[in-house]
Amino acid sequence: MQQQLEKKHPLAVRWLHWINFPLLTMMIWSGLLIYWANQAYGIRIFGYELFKFFPPWFYEISKIDFWGYKLPDYLPAWSYEWSNIPFRLAEGISLHFFFMWLFAVNGVIYIIYTIVSGEWRAILPVPGSFKRAVTVALHDMKIVKKLPPQGKYNDAQRIAYTSVILMGAGSLVTGLAIYKPLQLAWLTSLMGGYEWARWLHFWLTIFFVLFFLVHVFQVIVAGWSNFRSMITGYEIVDASEAVPTIAVEEGAKI
Amino acid sequence: MNPENEEILLEKVREIEQQKREKAAVEAERQANTATILNEMRHRGEPLEPEAARKQMSQRSRRNFLIGGATALIGVFGWKWMPDGTKQSLLTKTFRFNERVSQLFYRPSRLSPEFPLDRVSPRRMNGLAGMEGEFDASNWNLSIGGLAGRTEDLVLSLAEIKALPRTEMTTELKCVEGWSIIVNWAGVRFSDFAAAYLPKTLDGSQPDVFNHPDKLIPYVSMTTPDNGYYVGWDMPSILHPQTLLAYEMNGEPLVPEHGAPLRLASPTKYGIKQIKRIGRIEFTADRPKDYWAEQGYDWYSGH
Repeated sequence: MQQQLEKKHPLAVRWLHWINFPLLTMMIWSGLLIYWANQAYGIRIFGYELFKFFPPWFYEISKIDFWGYKLPDYLPAWSYEWSNIPFRLAEGISLHFFFMWLFAVNGVIYIIYTIVSGEWRAILPVPGSFKRAVTVALHDMKIVKKLPPQGKYNDAQRIAYTSVILMGAGSLVTGLAIYKPLQLAWLTSLMGGYEWARWLHFWLTIFFVLFFLVHVFQVIVAGWSNFRSMITGYEIVDASEAVPTIAVEEGAKI
Repeated sequence: MNPENEEILLEKVREIEQQKREKAAVEAERQANTATILNEMRHRGEPLEPEAARKQMSQRSRRNFLIGGATALIGVFGWKWMPDGTKQSLLTKTFRFNERVSQLFYRPSRLSPEFPLDRVSPRRMNGLAGMEGEFDASNWNLSIGGLAGRTEDLVLSLAEIKALPRTEMTTELKCVEGWSIIVNWAGVRFSDFAAAYLPKTLDGSQPDVFNHPDKLIPYVSMTTPDNGYYVGWDMPSILHPQTLLAYEMNGEPLVPEHGAPLRLASPTKYGIKQIKRIGRIEFTADRPKDYWAEQGYDWYSGH
């Protein structure tokens, strides 16, 4: 059986995707350093704290006594830095306000590229996507056998990827509202005020982390060929594999 | 037509209708998928023998993995092995860059939202730097340096400051740690204070605080009486109409832990810049040193 190389991801998308990975990591890490200075948010219902993101001992870790010695006495020097995170606020702020530029620029270039190149056709959902995304989810859970026809991404992916781009924009906008609550007071009040802007900014981050976990899980499940295509741009497909429902440019110069 | 023929004809019609339905179902499925609706096109190369396809793929793989791997290594180790001094200076320079961008968009006419009095939060005390030692509020005076036409400090009593126009505001105090509270302040607008006790100008011309603030010397330094805490402010932020030399908080005279007898209160910057228990104010041409900026925080910290 003959095979074909299928172009999956343009060079620009691959670079922007992989550059975004360390940038978002640094934004979340530096955000955590800021968060640890005053852990403001847990999950509370009617004032009752259901869940703390970090247990109280976490903030005392550098002070905990182990038979007369503190943790940093046992471990190499870097562990002191780690166990002392509640006091790394200045570092967190300076990193956050450095990487914010790179994160924003990378995201803006990605959005412009996606619009100009037509890649948005592979990523945007349409109203009917939600029904088909449910079928995809049921298929992943091995409840439904048949997958709805799809392009590069299925409808669940379309919804996830579009959401994560919107979340990036949301983080940027809520971040600006927190960064300049006076000069951009109109934006801050649009978010419902300073406290709400901070709350939104925090929860967007939690959803970034959840997205990341699901994303990595799905990539592992999808396998090597799929992962490799995010680096090389191509995937090998069987020439006879029928894709009657989706337009295919055969013999493309790729 | 005999009934037998009629039956055959009907059968034929049913068959054709069935085919039509099936065709319509296929067409509906073709139409009812997002890729078709949005005109997405997949691109595939020439059909190849599996061996040739694998070979092409592995060539692409090798090149891309090498480039990607090298870039990742340069990124990770470049950041890891960057000397601390270089990293620190990069981050400090970024603070300065951000400051210049902020000033580009700064308009003194923009105000921080004010709140009704019933929204005032319980008091929250954070930080006693510069206020640890013995202190007698009744002996307190404010020294002012850098005034136009003077070389020595001018010394003012609290009564003389309270004689200036009184302003009240209920604004949000934002802490760099990530919390905020609503506080009601009363005091003297710094701009009213500066209009009464004129700072020097850069070119020695007559100071005009309200119409030509850009001609004033550009910085203000403030310190506690024991010099244990000190902040630097840029002139546009300190002359903002919501920057007060406050002597009352939530309807009562300031208490010692909140900076009695006189402190700075302003929604234009984080709490770390709103110095408590001011001992000396100096108008200066040089960027003043700042307690928390020395610890790696943003000198500007402006909202």
